[in-house]
Amino acid sequence: MAEAVLLRNVVALAGRFPVLAGADLTVAPGQVVLLRGANGAGKTSLLRLCAGLLPVASGQAVVLGEDLGLDRRGARRRVGLLGHATGLYDDLSVRDNVRFSVRAGGGSAREADAALALVGLTGRLADTAASRLSAGQRRRTALASVVARRPELWLLDEPYAGLDADARALLDGLVTAAVEGGASVIIASHEAGQVEELAQRTVTVAGGRTTESVLVP
Amino acid sequence: MRRLLGIGSALGLTLTAILGLFITPPDRVMGTLVRLLYVHPSVAWVAYLAFGVTALACICYLWPRTRAPFWDRLAVSSAEIGVVFCALTLATGSIWGRPTWGVWWAWDARLTTTALLLALFIGYLALRRVTVDPGARARRSAVAGLVAFADVPIVHMSVVWWNTLHQPATVLRPSLASPTVSGSMAWTLLLSFVSFTLLYGWLLMHRYQNSVLESRLEDEGMEIALAERWAEAVPSGAGR
Amino acid sequence: MFRDAALVAGKDLRVEWRSRVGAQQVLPFALVVLVIFAFALDANHNLLQTAAAGLYWVAVLFAGVLTVQRSFALEAADGLRDGLRLSGLDPAGIFLGKAAAVAGQLAVLEIFLAGGIAVLYSASLHGVVLLVLSAVLATIGLAAAGTVYGIVAAGLGVRETLLPLLLLPVVAPVLLAAGKVWEITLQSGPGAWGWMRILVIFAVVYLAAGVLAFGPLLEES
Repeated sequence: MAEAVLLRNVVALAGRFPVLAGADLTVAPGQVVLLRGANGAGKTSLLRLCAGLLPVASGQAVVLGEDLGLDRRGARRRVGLLGHATGLYDDLSVRDNVRFSVRAGGGSAREADAALALVGLTGRLADTAASRLSAGQRRRTALASVVARRPELWLLDEPYAGLDADARALLDGLVTAAVEGGASVIIASHEAGQVEELAQRTVTVAGGRTTESVLVP
Repeated sequence: MRRLLGIGSALGLTLTAILGLFITPPDRVMGTLVRLLYVHPSVAWVAYLAFGVTALACICYLWPRTRAPFWDRLAVSSAEIGVVFCALTLATGSIWGRPTWGVWWAWDARLTTTALLLALFIGYLALRRVTVDPGARARRSAVAGLVAFADVPIVHMSVVWWNTLHQPATVLRPSLASPTVSGSMAWTLLLSFVSFTLLYGWLLMHRYQNSVLESRLEDEGMEIALAERWAEAVPSGAGR
Repeated sequence: MFRDAALVAGKDLRVEWRSRVGAQQVLPFALVVLVIFAFALDANHNLLQTAAAGLYWVAVLFAGVLTVQRSFALEAADGLRDGLRLSGLDPAGIFLGKAAAVAGQLAVLEIFLAGGIAVLYSASLHGVVLLVLSAVLATIGLAAAGTVYGIVAAGLGVRETLLPLLLLPVVAPVLLAAGKVWEITLQSGPGAWGWMRILVIFAVVYLAAGVLAFGPLLEES
């Protein structure tokens, strides 16, 4: 397989507003790319497009070998999106939420429980309703769901927001392990520091377009 | 083409009015009220035609090989006209019914089905108004329109089992010279059907034209939006 | 498809079990509707008894709209619909699962409401086979149509008002047919089976519509 992600002059619309106005992006397998840009520049939209959630209005978009212009749903099972919204059912417990997510993707309840252990959500915490969790714990739950799927492409949108130092280290560890396993990662983050150590390239997003990638040594 | 339709329908309707109001004789039983005969069935026919066209357009839009914005615009244009004519059908029917049966409304098969049809298509138009993105709007309302239309035979089937007060169809008989509608009345009725159908065609073309202009407006808005979006990039790039 | 449906139905019902909205809000609402009918008809004993079947189904219909609203409110929160799309679940399976969950909740409601009309309107509930059979068919049809229109109206801010407008005219035949069957059965009259046919057709049409259309509609919302 050539590139993990290949976007060329992609325009994507939300209603009538062009959230992406001609974006280009190339990500090789096993690469980690950092997305930078001001609020509203289009970073989230770029990630969502790669997940197949945003329809491609024009341009070429190929993710994990699947042409998103033809069928947006093609690559979804192999992609893991960790977005702003945590996507949890408030009334269900952590364990129920992750189990549902994992079994939906074809996994087993045991894999779900293993992922929960990996992110440190065990014991009484796992049986707490999602509505009672802190923001950081919700993030961890969402992370567990993503980890359990073992995606080939990780799309992380401000993943460090709301996480304490332990959780950040945990995330870094998981991402590193995934990259060593051959996955590609695109991270959108305002924060410097931890992410820079992981990323090999930086792409700046502005006005719905992408500019220069800078190689981080 | 549109002008022809316009002139044709104007002429036809005027002629129908003259014939209907002055020249044709009043019915033995119903008296002058029978003159509504030249409006009500034709208007009802156009309403059903309009909704049929909408349903067909929805199918053509959803069918991958024939998908095109044309069908979506046709669907909404026809639906709007259909709603107007459907309301007219119910109104004229009511006006006819009051002196004839003594009630403004009766729960028989045809009336009830028509009333529900009106409700279904008002819902369709409401759905369209609320969805902003044109592509999503077209797809979503095409499905909703079809699903609503699929309900119509079911509604009809269920309601027709009630006692029906409605007149059995008087025109669809082998000979035009039948006792119920005869001679000049039959010709006038036929003329009114044709005229109202021409009117439907004329209105449809006008409304479709509106649709095309609306989309053009949206596209030009898109050009401007793209330019504005690109302009956002300039200040943020400078300050790094 | 059926495995996914079971998963989604299980999830929906589990949420309902934890939150108890159906039991604590929708059921009392439906019972209150029955009471209000009595007020509207001036507690006329004979009238209520005659109209019991029809009033029952109107109450079920209103409760049904609320149940469907609730079913789609589950995924109204930010990110949950995305979650469903990304999950890898077969959309037809999601449809069947959601419809099944709605049907299940409605079934429980209907049992309680039947008790309601027996008590409040003195309706004598014989001919149970016909009553149950027609109720099952009607519930399937209601749940299927409701789920189809639920996803049509999902994601639009005006879902609360749009859904009843779209749904009620569409399910009118179910109300009519089921009401007729119950009316005939409660009065021990003939001719109920003809109306059953309508219920079957309705259920089949809307199950088919949902299975086919849910996928594309889910993408749109």
